[in-house]
Amino acid sequence: MNKSLKAPLLARLTVNGLLILLVAPIMTTLVYSLSAQWGAHILPRGFTFDWYITLWSDSRFLAAFARSLLVCLAALLLSLLLILPTLFVVFYYFPRLKSLMNLLILLPFAVPPVVSSVGLLQLYAGGPLPLIGGPWILIFCYFTISLPFMYRALANNLDAIPLSDLIDAAHLLGASTVLAFLRVVLPNIRNGLLAALFLSFSFLFGEFVFANMLVGTRFETLQVYLYSQRTNSGHFTSAMVMSYFLFIGVATWFALRLQTRSR
Amino acid sequence: MSEPLTVSTYPSTSPPQNSSLSQAQAPSHLRHKASSVAAKPAAWRRGLPLLWLLPFALLFGLFQLAPMIWVMVNAFQVDGHWSLANFKEIIDSPFYLQSFTNSIDLALWSSLLGLLIALAGTAALRQVPGKLQDMVVAFTTMASNFSGVPLAFAFIVLLGMNGALTLLLQEAGIVESFNLYSRSGLIVLYTYFQIPLAILLLYPAFDGLQEDWRDAAALLGARPWQYWLRVVLPVLTPALLGTFIILLANALGAYASTFALMTSNYNLVTIQISALVAGDIFLEPQLAAALSLLLMMILLLVTAVNQWIISRSRYE
Repeated sequence: MNKSLKAPLLARLTVNGLLILLVAPIMTTLVYSLSAQWGAHILPRGFTFDWYITLWSDSRFLAAFARSLLVCLAALLLSLLLILPTLFVVFYYFPRLKSLMNLLILLPFAVPPVVSSVGLLQLYAGGPLPLIGGPWILIFCYFTISLPFMYRALANNLDAIPLSDLIDAAHLLGASTVLAFLRVVLPNIRNGLLAALFLSFSFLFGEFVFANMLVGTRFETLQVYLYSQRTNSGHFTSAMVMSYFLFIGVATWFALRLQTRSR
Repeated sequence: MSEPLTVSTYPSTSPPQNSSLSQAQAPSHLRHKASSVAAKPAAWRRGLPLLWLLPFALLFGLFQLAPMIWVMVNAFQVDGHWSLANFKEIIDSPFYLQSFTNSIDLALWSSLLGLLIALAGTAALRQVPGKLQDMVVAFTTMASNFSGVPLAFAFIVLLGMNGALTLLLQEAGIVESFNLYSRSGLIVLYTYFQIPLAILLLYPAFDGLQEDWRDAAALLGARPWQYWLRVVLPVLTPALLGTFIILLANALGAYASTFALMTSNYNLVTIQISALVAGDIFLEPQLAAALSLLLMMILLLVTAVNQWIISRSRYE
């Protein structure tokens, strides 16, 4: 009896320790971003919102933020438009391609962005497709790195529904395959789809390697701007880090809510 | 190789649809043209959907496969000729060899520490009430996206020269000073971003453990540590190995947080690769390709070893 009471206590302590470990850098950054002055002392001197006001009235920050939003949303729209038909065709017409797809979607994981950048810089710096330095290369690269998340999440959803039966029933009722997909299949995988989109968004919003190596300051995204501010006031950058974290935090929270609802 | 056509089971596909797609019936050279009536829908059923795969295949080919192939080919190129000189240059250079040992050293330690902390954390998490579990998993998912440049900044605030924790530990007399911009600093930073990933990967694996195994083990006289060592660990071994591999790959390919923390002052493979293609002194894309290929081969080797261990452990 004593043991069964002891174990959860140990478990609670471990979980709390884990939480403290994970929260510590974020909390410190939050306190730093709100403190008027904090250096060489354990506790900050006075609190202020000034850093956030400075940040959110900084036009360079706002522009970088907007560019990041634009690139991420465009990439997600693109991957949505491309992955949905691909998934449907693979699952409905060519289930045998599933194993090939499972292999292909591992590539963005297996090939680090730094490695991809080496080839991308050489292939698209000039030639017929001069994409380096503009937003398009980022949109296309973000499509490839969001692919594993989007594909896996949606494939799990499609595996869970009787896809051919649904389509066949729709056919019997006179619907075309495209209509059947839009009106029957899509609503069934909607929550999983939205969750995948929100998760991919918070992942893409923090991407730095492609943004820095392929585009840099020519189309400055939030991460590149943040990096360029590394020698500036820590309070200012902390306010930026916290704004960014709040943003991806909200997106993740939406994703998780959608996931639990679809279960 | 064509599979038995399920099409024949569904002859109800109405003619108007066929006619609306008549242009897709054009490939009359398809193998099934001479067979039964059911083969006609089969032909367009397979031809038209394939077209839907084209845009995807095109983009994936251009932005994932093409750069990868460029790297593979150009690693063996010097001044337009096939050559192994790039690899010879790397092997002869203590500097590049150090970048590999540093990367592997950092990856091994951070993966090992991350995995151990995550294992203890997940095991504990599984024993606390469901609401707390959900909350911690939610926070872990958020933390898993907190990496790269913002993470490096957060660590400077926490553990930098005048970081809050550094000052606290100094005040308490636990450490004299902590240098974030060093090997141990990087191990701490890397371990931090490995923990959430490891938890998210390990969490589902615990579903495979059944509650009554603990009771069964206890009934047979096993101590808790024996239950953990002899029941839980063997069941979790494949998941642990798989997670370890993903953590290794994650750390070996990592670049943003180190770059943000110390620009190029720590010799890592990814830092060297980027310096060779995007630096401002010497641009040597083919040498970068050779380094990249070696990095990918290490990842491949690690994965192969992992597969081998898993397949072995299953038959014993």
